[in-house]
Amino acid sequence: MNDSQPVRLGERTSRFDAAAKVCGAEHYAIDHYPEGFVWAGARRAGVAHGLLRSVETAAAERIPGVLRVLTARDVPGTNRYGIIHKDTPVLADTKVRHAGDAVALVVAETKEAMQQALAALVVVIDPLPPVCTVDAALAPDAPLVHEGRAEGNVLVHAVIEKGNAAAAFAACAAVVETTFHTPVQAHAFLETENGLARSNEDGTLEMIVSTQAPFRDRFEISHALGIPFDRIVITAPYLGGGFGGKDGATVQCLLALAAVSVPGRWIKMVWDREENLLAGYKRHGARLEYRAGALGDGTLHALECRLYYDTGAYAHLGGEVLGLGMEHAAGPYRIGNAHIEGWCVYTNNPVAGAMRAFGVCQVSFAFEQIMELLAEKLGMDPLAFRLKNALLKGDVNAASVRLTTSTGIVECLRKIGKHPLWLNREAWKAAAPRHKKRGIGLAAVWNAMGYGKNVRDSAIAKIALGEDGGFIVTNGVADMGQGNASTFAQIAAALLGQNAGRMRVIQPDTVSALPSGSSSAGRTTYAYGNALVKACEELKHRMINRAGLILFVDDDRDLRLVPGAVEHAPSGRTIPLDRLASFMKPEERISMHHFVTPVVTDLPDTGKGLAYGFPHLFFAYGAHCAAVEIDLLTGIIDVAAYATVTDGGRVLNPALFEQQIEGGVAQGIGYALMEECLAGEGILRTPNLSTYIIPTALDIPSIDTDWVETDETSGPLGMKGVGEIAMNGPLPAIANAVADALGTRICHAPFRPERILAAIRESML
Amino acid sequence: MKISFTLNGAEIRMETAPDRRVVDILREDLGLTGTKEGCGTGECGACTILLDGVTKLSCLMLAAQIDGREITTIEGMAKSGELHPLQEAFVESGAVQCGFCTPGMVMAGAALLEQNPAPSDDAIRTALSGNLCRCTGYQKIIDGVKQCCRKEHEKKEPS
Ligand code: FES
Ligand code: FES
Repeated sequence: MNDSQPVRLGERTSRFDAAAKVCGAEHYAIDHYPEGFVWAGARRAGVAHGLLRSVETAAAERIPGVLRVLTARDVPGTNRYGIIHKDTPVLADTKVRHAGDAVALVVAETKEAMQQALAALVVVIDPLPPVCTVDAALAPDAPLVHEGRAEGNVLVHAVIEKGNAAAAFAACAAVVETTFHTPVQAHAFLETENGLARSNEDGTLEMIVSTQAPFRDRFEISHALGIPFDRIVITAPYLGGGFGGKDGATVQCLLALAAVSVPGRWIKMVWDREENLLAGYKRHGARLEYRAGALGDGTLHALECRLYYDTGAYAHLGGEVLGLGMEHAAGPYRIGNAHIEGWCVYTNNPVAGAMRAFGVCQVSFAFEQIMELLAEKLGMDPLAFRLKNALLKGDVNAASVRLTTSTGIVECLRKIGKHPLWLNREAWKAAAPRHKKRGIGLAAVWNAMGYGKNVRDSAIAKIALGEDGGFIVTNGVADMGQGNASTFAQIAAALLGQNAGRMRVIQPDTVSALPSGSSSAGRTTYAYGNALVKACEELKHRMINRAGLILFVDDDRDLRLVPGAVEHAPSGRTIPLDRLASFMKPEERISMHHFVTPVVTDLPDTGKGLAYGFPHLFFAYGAHCAAVEIDLLTGIIDVAAYATVTDGGRVLNPALFEQQIEGGVAQGIGYALMEECLAGEGILRTPNLSTYIIPTALDIPSIDTDWVETDETSGPLGMKGVGEIAMNGPLPAIANAVADALGTRICHAPFRPERILAAIRESML
Repeated sequence: MKISFTLNGAEIRMETAPDRRVVDILREDLGLTGTKEGCGTGECGACTILLDGVTKLSCLMLAAQIDGREITTIEGMAKSGELHPLQEAFVESGAVQCGFCTPGMVMAGAALLEQNPAPSDDAIRTALSGNLCRCTGYQKIIDGVKQCCRKEHEKKEPS
């Protein structure tokens, strides 16, 4: 940022955190090696389902340098954690439910001793038949993943009902029916799960963790281990990526257990990449059965769908992920009649939890292909068909919620319709080289922002004027890379008329910061930003008031904040901020404000099974266009060009906005083309980054990022969150482009070459 | 064993196990945590360093392999408080999000520019294809490399 000028909103400026990161000077959790630290590591079950008979620790304990070997017997407290359902053991006790379950924990002086001890443990598990698919889990005689549950393997079952879908099909001129499959995706953030912990003599437990939710972590640890949560102090430095995978306990409870068992020493735990892929959270794989109909005039009229989400061994936020899938199942469209039924089921697969576009990218794949199929049947242009049905502000969506906040899908679609990629599509397709076919596909998507009903979404901002005349923002929501910390500095600097050099942002720790929720749900900048705007206004008011006292001015309107000073505009007299600060008491120089995100008040009479996070009041929208070239000989898809238009309310900083969209598109392209965690009989067959493939610079085209600026009047300075929306577009847009190229539709993602080749063969029949 | 090597211009002599990984020597023993580890198995490029000017993955190298050699890490890229032009371009182009891939990207990008001061888009993408980034979609990283080329070119030939 240019330091002589006050920071402005809406301008493209560099991130505050970039300079330190680009020099390698930023300290992530993983970069801490405190004096005298020791290592902790977990032994994983390696078996998807079984009864845990015994863990022999004697040989491991004899290895020099081993400080403690811990099993479930050593866990104080309930030995259970989980954000809503407390169903996850810190260390498995009677049963193992997936291959990544931790069965023992070793603390040792060196990494080598730790690794030897982990290998020396003798773990005896009596295998049980693993439940590896949704169908197997729902079978009447299915083995139970969690014993004694009356609901069997069903974690959540719910219905959203609007009108009368079954009866409405009779009036439809076009009806289509298809089943879709989406893969299990890994977050694959580059900084794997890790942290440090030390149990101190005064009874406090200090932790530094790569976490999206330091405040909630305290409750998890407290519940699992019986440690009073006010004794737990967690610091969350910048994360090396999160995307939802660090929302929920990873290393936290294990580290806390190690720390209380070996007090006084800093204990470090780092999951290596294999452990990350084995034991880390995943995106839910899903099967989506759709039937939809439209009237002869192109009005979308009826939808019946059944959604099955595989949550793996533990609940995490599986029910809530399904809930979002259901809420978005009809797409950003008006529809009179809908029956949306969902099941989230336990299996012995890896644990699925939160991931960017939380349950929504699965249904996006389905509804956006359904829209194409309907348009085809009706003989309508796919863009015109979408535009005809796209939600407008004031409409009631399929979950029976009236849209009262900014709704920009129509503007997004109109703008993508003017994009050269779309306008010149026929010429581009006709120019396909030999042995290649080209296609262009569209997708219209939406994504809720905020936690939704019954999950209080609040943030408390804190800003202080320092003695040196600089400002300190105490960030309450971890920055996993999306740049919220930088945006907070930008917002505060702009409102206080300051330049970048005067702003400092402290990353969250549970002592200095105030509880502000997790870094998730596209709500981070919205919720904390709203609180910060108010906190800045209050601080500014106090500063102006005090400056007026010093300058003998009683009309506040003549005083304004300029970089480094308060200025009396008519006379040009100023008081420097450090002097002003010295006139103010420390408590006056701190301003805090608590913001609670509004929720739907006019609740629909449906979706009863969705207890938490249904429905939502705010949505971001997007229209995507993908251009693909398919090699008919190899089945390899090249995404040649990609364009997006997004409605995220007002854009505070185009650079950060584009970062979110481009990054989401890249993850979406990976999801569409290559990413899939393969578990055969519950055992991961993609254990590392040479088998679980994510896109490289050669796989992602240049991405054209555009936006329409609606004004989200409830948002800080008109913005709403865009962290998730872009992830939803690529899979359906590419699917539609592939169908455009080949004339046959592939309903099973990802589109690996063998699937494409099979489709090519089919299209030639 | 005793090894000695040049690290960011300074002479280092140390006693270490011959099979100690270079990434551990840098991060843990010498406190240079700018070099990151994202996989430990040569798949992500986060641990990229320069060995005698050539990019290497420090997670795949052992102590004995650096004896007598010259190493540059991300900490050695900025000279007397001035960012390397590519670092500056990364900041300006928005190439940095979580920043965990960034040190490796800077090393790989800088090595490319040493060899080819005006690479094509394809050449940039190929040169960076061993460095994974999960946040950016690579676009702004590519933009950063291009911006750096442009600026360096303008410096050499002021119009
Ligand atoms: S850590 Fe060396 S390549 Fe990933
Ligand atoms: S910026 Fe996060 S991995 Fe590249």
